[in-house]
Amino acid sequence: MLLIECPYCGPRTESEFSYGAEAHIARPKNPEEISDKEWADYVFLRDNTKGIVLERWVHTAGCRRWFNLARNTVTYEILQVYEMGAKPPKIELKSFV
Amino acid sequence: MKSRYSIFSLLRNARNYHENWEKAWHSPEPKASYDVIIVGGGGHGLATAYYLGKNHGITNIAVIERGWLGGGNTGRNTTIVRSNYLWDQSAHLYEHAMKLWEGLSQELNYNVMFSQRGVMNLAHNQSDIREIGRRVNANLLNGVDSEFLTPAQIKEIVPIIDLRENGRYPVLGASFQQRGGTARHDAVAWGYARGCDEMGIDIIQECPVNGFIIENGEVKGVETGKGTIRANKVGVVVAGHSSVMANMAGFRLPIHSVPLQALVSEPVKPILNTVVMSGAVHAYISQSDKGELVIGAGTDKYIGYGQRGSLDVTEETIAAVCELFPLFKRMRMLRQWGGIVDTCPDASPIIGKTPVDNLFFNCGWGTGGFKATPGSGWVFAHTIATGEPHQLNEAFALDRFQTGYLIDEHGAAAVAH
Repeated sequence: MLLIECPYCGPRTESEFSYGAEAHIARPKNPEEISDKEWADYVFLRDNTKGIVLERWVHTAGCRRWFNLARNTVTYEILQVYEMGAKPPKIELKSFV
Repeated sequence: MKSRYSIFSLLRNARNYHENWEKAWHSPEPKASYDVIIVGGGGHGLATAYYLGKNHGITNIAVIERGWLGGGNTGRNTTIVRSNYLWDQSAHLYEHAMKLWEGLSQELNYNVMFSQRGVMNLAHNQSDIREIGRRVNANLLNGVDSEFLTPAQIKEIVPIIDLRENGRYPVLGASFQQRGGTARHDAVAWGYARGCDEMGIDIIQECPVNGFIIENGEVKGVETGKGTIRANKVGVVVAGHSSVMANMAGFRLPIHSVPLQALVSEPVKPILNTVVMSGAVHAYISQSDKGELVIGAGTDKYIGYGQRGSLDVTEETIAAVCELFPLFKRMRMLRQWGGIVDTCPDASPIIGKTPVDNLFFNCGWGTGGFKATPGSGWVFAHTIATGEPHQLNEAFALDRFQTGYLIDEHGAAAVAH
């Protein structure tokens, strides 16, 4: 069970939060022009990394604000918490087999 | 030819203190090349290899498993088998599997302990009732046995359930599939492995796949912990690690890998003779032949590759089970574990071709793959052997995420995913 450091409320238990999956996925700028394949890529296809991921969370049962986490999906270690709109942290995005 | 298992072979071996049983399968060193390589030695992978040999006459096959046979989700699920899915495509696929289950022990000459004790899906509110009514009718139209139970009928089958109307989860009705039930999950892997071995298929354990050999967009083999193995065709059936494998082959999948939890109690005398599931509160429960209560919980809400699962999920499930069955409040749990499931956005599997030629994926079964094991192997073997999907799995192609023809079994499939 995760102890997540909400940037606004401090460390709170996992059950107070909701998950927003992979962060930093940019919506296509030219929606009329792109193909179905590119839409599928944007809407459905994900890295689903076994390793370090950048992901969005929201403190649903608290301040209800969104933020980002850098987390290891193997060890479940939370490496960094950073605000929405901030640049991704400079950490090595390792992945495992 | 292996000697058949029977009451006579049991008696014969009892005379020798069971010391001379023939090995069910061998552990050969891999050859340099094969016609087909199956990555993943769980139930689905072994079933695929089995039906490739049985239905298509291809036996120059290696099944490559990173750990040991059935040590992944095959040995971690709650052993429930049913086919009461809402949509036509799913109902046909799972019902095909159900028909194979019904003859599987005879087919494999291996007792998979398939027990058609019935599967009950509870409705806790009006919306559940309407959903169940719709699904029961859809099932009947697809030739899947299904019936609607009133609370009184539920009480008749499961006397220990709490039906007081002031309960936290009032029970208003249920759907019931009598042909559903449970099977011994390890035996499924072992039975298929024995059948494969008999046909000369190599089962290679403790051999991780580290990469694919891809030449001009066509797969030519795999790089493994035991060296390079070449093959004309490769089928990948690795559940939670599907995205990791796809990444090695240079494409992505619409999959989230999350731990799904289960737990078992200490063994007690027979108390529950069916499977009771509740999608809304995310708890399902049955009693194993050993007497343990086998309880299935939900998935973690976030991606994870740790085979444990989060405590709040366990807590919520146990709370629901105790509400529905107050007499289980004093049961003690023996073990808890998790398996990494590959969940798809539409909660339906992906079985078929990939962007790489002759590389086939069978994944995305999410929280309910065990019930499909024989059917999954059957259609995937057809896909690999002929290069084209079987009519039962053509709707389950990866390109449905481009065309938009999703098979939305979320909630529709009798359990929240």
